[in-house]
Amino acid sequence: MEKLVELQQVTAGYADEVVLRNINLTVHAQDFIGVIGPNGGGKTTLVNVILGIIKPMSGNIIFHPDSSDRRRRFIGYLPQVSHTDKKFPISVRDVALSGLATSQRFMNHYSAGDNERVQQVLAQMGIEQLAGKNVGELSGGQLQRVFLCRAIIAQPRLLILDEPNTFVDNKFENDLYLILRELNKEMAILMVSHDVGTITYYVKSIACVNKTLHYHDSNIISQEQLASYNCPIQIITHGDVPHTVLRTHQQ
Amino acid sequence: METFLELFDLLFFRNAVLAALLASVSCGIIGTYIVSRRMVFISGGITHASFGGIGIGYFFGFSPIVGALFFGVLSALGIEYMSKKTEVREDSVIAILWSLGMATGIIFVFLTPGYSANLMSYLFGNILTVSQLNLRLLLVLSLLVIVVFLLFFKTILFVAFDENFARAIRLPVDAVNYLLITLVALTIVLNIRVAGIILVLSLLTIPQTIANLFTHNFKTMIFLSILTGMIGSFAGLLLSWFLDIPSGAAIIFFLVLIYLLARVVLQIRISLKIKRQINPHYEK
Repeated sequence: MEKLVELQQVTAGYADEVVLRNINLTVHAQDFIGVIGPNGGGKTTLVNVILGIIKPMSGNIIFHPDSSDRRRRFIGYLPQVSHTDKKFPISVRDVALSGLATSQRFMNHYSAGDNERVQQVLAQMGIEQLAGKNVGELSGGQLQRVFLCRAIIAQPRLLILDEPNTFVDNKFENDLYLILRELNKEMAILMVSHDVGTITYYVKSIACVNKTLHYHDSNIISQEQLASYNCPIQIITHGDVPHTVLRTHQQ
Repeated sequence: METFLELFDLLFFRNAVLAALLASVSCGIIGTYIVSRRMVFISGGITHASFGGIGIGYFFGFSPIVGALFFGVLSALGIEYMSKKTEVREDSVIAILWSLGMATGIIFVFLTPGYSANLMSYLFGNILTVSQLNLRLLLVLSLLVIVVFLLFFKTILFVAFDENFARAIRLPVDAVNYLLITLVALTIVLNIRVAGIILVLSLLTIPQTIANLFTHNFKTMIFLSILTGMIGSFAGLLLSWFLDIPSGAAIIFFLVLIYLLARVVLQIRISLKIKRQINPHYEK
């Protein structure tokens, strides 16, 4: 299968603190990877390394951009919603449009075609009627839809989602997974989530991140596997997941 | 009426009106950026840090505004750098530069022989004594700010709204931040003559707060802020002339008055709307 990103023996962190140690991970074109792990285990650090926001202290990251379609962005990104200022005076339309911005086009030339694309992607998420609204007027689920529009508007090859299911209602969560399943036909997805029980239904493989990374090429994890990963997480089952596990930190 | 029109025959009054209009343009645009990004405290730090330059200017006998420009821009860049690249807390950095600038200013003003009559106008502002140099600089600044926002409006907006995302898609986040914080510093320092160190921040926040009552659109907020700024500063200027009170204080007094009026108007509109919803035949 076509490789998109390869992390080889990557060690990363902030200032003098190492968060991730000797990580190996390969993301392929059709992947749907769920990234799970305890708070402070390095999930967001992993995302930041792949995004290029932080540089690895050692190891390599290899990107395999597709030269056949230059109009597609390589990575689309949905950050944690808690980081956004809901009072900021910006419209839904402009937030979606910002997904088309690149370092080459920092001057203001957005065309009629760009605006059409915005309408198209808002319609795809079922929120075209919100286009003129300010972000402050939206519910949590609506805001996540807007951010999802921004993430996918440039048709990325890899979509990275950081905790997309926080602060949203159950209905949106279900919709989200259906949308992602559909998007997965066109792009790889890497999704960070604390809610393990729900994501295991939808992902194809799981990466458990806790200082190190354990890759599991299936969407079923058992208690034994979790124990061997030294991965202290809580699983709230919805029926199909084998066990409810509550492990404490063993380090 | 005649005395009012005769005022415009006076060169310094015409200068003051021009300064008020230019101040409204630069403060309207930059203030909207400051308020939207919640940078009011940073701006306070830059304002007070620039006093160090004023003191040094007095002592060595060069234009205090030039000294203030140096101090203001350097502290702005310092705050931006320290808060991003080092482990120091941003608000602590601001507090340190804020007081360091004030301390430097106080020491040099104290060491300068004789009484600094003009000092009061730096602290509290005096739009009627705005110099030709200051006026020209204000004009250049206003044009610069307009050009930057015309060229890079969307990029500035996207970076300001979500720096994290902007970094992820490789927008020139650092360049935007450094450019804008420099413009913030220039705007603050060049408007010190209008409202004074202690009051200048209100020129960058009250018009925006008024505008924000009516709009949640960045662009509209800029235009409304410029408009309210112009009304407030012109009315304040007249008030200051006829009552012989400091212009900065008069302008701020007027701006707050506009804010209160706007609030009342909004409140009445809201209660009318509610009444209409409860009783659809309310108007008949």
